[in-house]
Amino acid sequence: MERKLLEVRNLHVRYNTDEAVVYALNGLDIDLEKGETLGLVGETGAGKTTLALSIMQLLPQKVGQITGGSILYDEKELLKFSVKDMLALRGDKISMIFQDPMTSLNPVMSVGDQISEVLEQHFPELSKEQKSEKIDEIMNMVGIPSSRKVEYPHQFSGGMKQRIVIAMALIAEPDLLIADEPTTALDVTIQAQILELIRQLKVKFNSAMILISHDLGVVAEVCDNVAIMYAGEVIEYGPIETVYLKKDNHPYTRGLFNSLPELTRNVDRLEPIMGYMVDPTNLPAGCSFAARCDRCMDICISKKPPVFSDGAHSIKCYLYQHWADK
Amino acid sequence: MTTPLIETKGLKKYFNTPGGSLHAVDNVDLKISSGETLGVVGESGCGKSTLGRTILRLVDATAGEVLYDGQNILNFSQQQMRDVRMNMQMIFQDPFTSLNPRLSVGEIIADPIEVSRTVRGRREIREKVRELMDVCGLPERYVNTYPHELDGGRRQRIGMARALALNPKFIVCDEPVSALDVSIQAQILNLLMDLQQSKGLSYMFITHNLCVVRHISNRIMVMYMGNVVEVASRDDLFSHPTHPYTKALLSAIPTTDLSRRNSARQILKGEVANPVDPKPGCRFNPRCPYATKSCQEQQTLKEIASGHYVACSVFAG
Ligand SMILES: Nc1ncnc2c1ncn2[C@@H]1O[C@H](COP(=O)(O)OP(=O)(O)OP(=O)(O)O)[C@@H](O)[C@H]1O
Ligand SMILES: Nc1ncnc2c1ncn2[C@@H]1O[C@H](COP(=O)(O)OP(=O)(O)OP(=O)(O)O)[C@@H](O)[C@H]1O
Ligand SMILES: [Mg+2]
Ligand SMILES: [Mg+2]
Repeated sequence: MERKLLEVRNLHVRYNTDEAVVYALNGLDIDLEKGETLGLVGETGAGKTTLALSIMQLLPQKVGQITGGSILYDEKELLKFSVKDMLALRGDKISMIFQDPMTSLNPVMSVGDQISEVLEQHFPELSKEQKSEKIDEIMNMVGIPSSRKVEYPHQFSGGMKQRIVIAMALIAEPDLLIADEPTTALDVTIQAQILELIRQLKVKFNSAMILISHDLGVVAEVCDNVAIMYAGEVIEYGPIETVYLKKDNHPYTRGLFNSLPELTRNVDRLEPIMGYMVDPTNLPAGCSFAARCDRCMDICISKKPPVFSDGAHSIKCYLYQHWADK
Repeated sequence: MTTPLIETKGLKKYFNTPGGSLHAVDNVDLKISSGETLGVVGESGCGKSTLGRTILRLVDATAGEVLYDGQNILNFSQQQMRDVRMNMQMIFQDPFTSLNPRLSVGEIIADPIEVSRTVRGRREIREKVRELMDVCGLPERYVNTYPHELDGGRRQRIGMARALALNPKFIVCDEPVSALDVSIQAQILNLLMDLQQSKGLSYMFITHNLCVVRHISNRIMVMYMGNVVEVASRDDLFSHPTHPYTKALLSAIPTTDLSRRNSARQILKGEVANPVDPKPGCRFNPRCPYATKSCQEQQTLKEIASGHYVACSVFAG
């Protein structure tokens, strides 16, 4: 079996604000193998970005606090890394792409110079000519004429900026790429371009990837496995082919599928999930989804469900208690 | 044939910009019948919101006609417009920025009623507000809360209650669910469809989400850079997309349907340009894989099947 690239275990993260303590991650587990693409799906406030920032060790200082658990990267405990080691890891092995490309771009520097800076950092041995050649190659790879390398970020459209950011994130050939909603702000035809690009580059560089999205469709397009998050926990995990069969699912996942109008099937009425997201400052003792669940039982209110697994597919819900014995 | 509730003829809205004249809405003809939903789709900047706003006279048209119940409202006096306006409302994408933050939920919904004096008397108005809140699924206890205390889904319900306050016949819904989580989005879509049923409303439903537009629309209009490139019934559009842009758009939709997962995608090259002083001819031409010389001529909508119109000299020549 492939060695694990990333193992997050029982991670607890909270934000200490003036008004209240926000419990953002509450016992979260994920695994990632080398070269694997994992989709991380959940609605607003589920804790997706918090997980990404925790792995990168970029949580807001003082406010954001990891209160328990572990993050093993290549079998090393990231939570014990020094600031310096973490900096090296971020530059070299782990890259992140944010929803807003301007988070990663410098508005007063031409895009060519910015790509050059990244190259300098990772391949200091390159000569000036080699660097210039490599910049042209990268820009062409993401479908932007290299003649435009002298232009500044504001001269490019949102989709082009995102493509440049993706190119910059991948030049270093990271082992792990974390992409936080990379296409959410883009139109569908541009989104399709970006997803295709991500797919190609992943094959080329064999990077593992965590693709964060609230869109179940986007995740199905590019991922091998999917983790569904609710209130800071992974409540369902499995291969896309299994989870999207829509046969055995956590009631929340089923609710998400039923909320989505489909392209090939007519339904008169959607079946939304009732109620609203639980308050992360005041989580219930039992299952976080219990209050909205149409199949809630007594035990769900009193006790947090553990993970029940059927092979590679696992669900945190007492409806699947029988799986535990398999 | 019955008169459509809403009709536009050759409707244009050009903006003067430093770079030249920006053709946001260019020569749009459309019809919406009573009780019907016309979906309007297209990429960012193609003119969807401007079209909606021009129809409601929130911005002045550059040329063309907007007919309400057969009458051109573009040359209506303010007095005449006041009556028509009650029948035409709008719901916005971001309910937060469209709601006055200093007013409570009850005051926001009562405002149009008080201004138009369709209902008089404090008690009667309060009763009407309560009824509207109930119809839109807002518990009565929120009547004295402020919009910032509520989440996006509940705010969108306030926007709907306000839009319904004057018993309109036609509502432009401009991306009403785009900012919402899917579980909340489904609640709001159901509410919009229930209200349409019970009140016989007509909608122009603007969105860039093709699954949503397919679910809610009777007919769908596809726009590209200010032009209409295709109009058809919902089923015809999805089963026989004909304009190359429509085809690319439908092919690009990510779905949760595993059978479609590995089907080949048609990936468009390039991006939508700004329609400043556009050249004559098809505006999709530079990105179109099927472009020929004839595409540089003026394109008009042609009926290729009953009720199915396409503006393309290659596929509907
Ligand atoms: N800096 C912060 N201070 C206080 N609370 C925060 C902070 N950042 C995030 N939170 C809270 O932590 C929870 C998880 O937020 P997070 O941003 O991780 O969610 P998300 O899944 O990325 O949501 P979205 O889909 O909206 O991006 C939310 O309740 C959020 O309000
Ligand atoms: N007040 C204005 N002045 C100048 N140009 C404008 C103005 N309003 C809109 N435009 C331009 O008109 C075109 C159409 O804009 P519009 O907002 O109608 O597009 P849209 O289809 O609603 O896009 P989106 O999906 O992003 O909401 C765009 O190129 C836009 O930049
Ligand atoms: Mg986030
Ligand atoms: Mg708009």
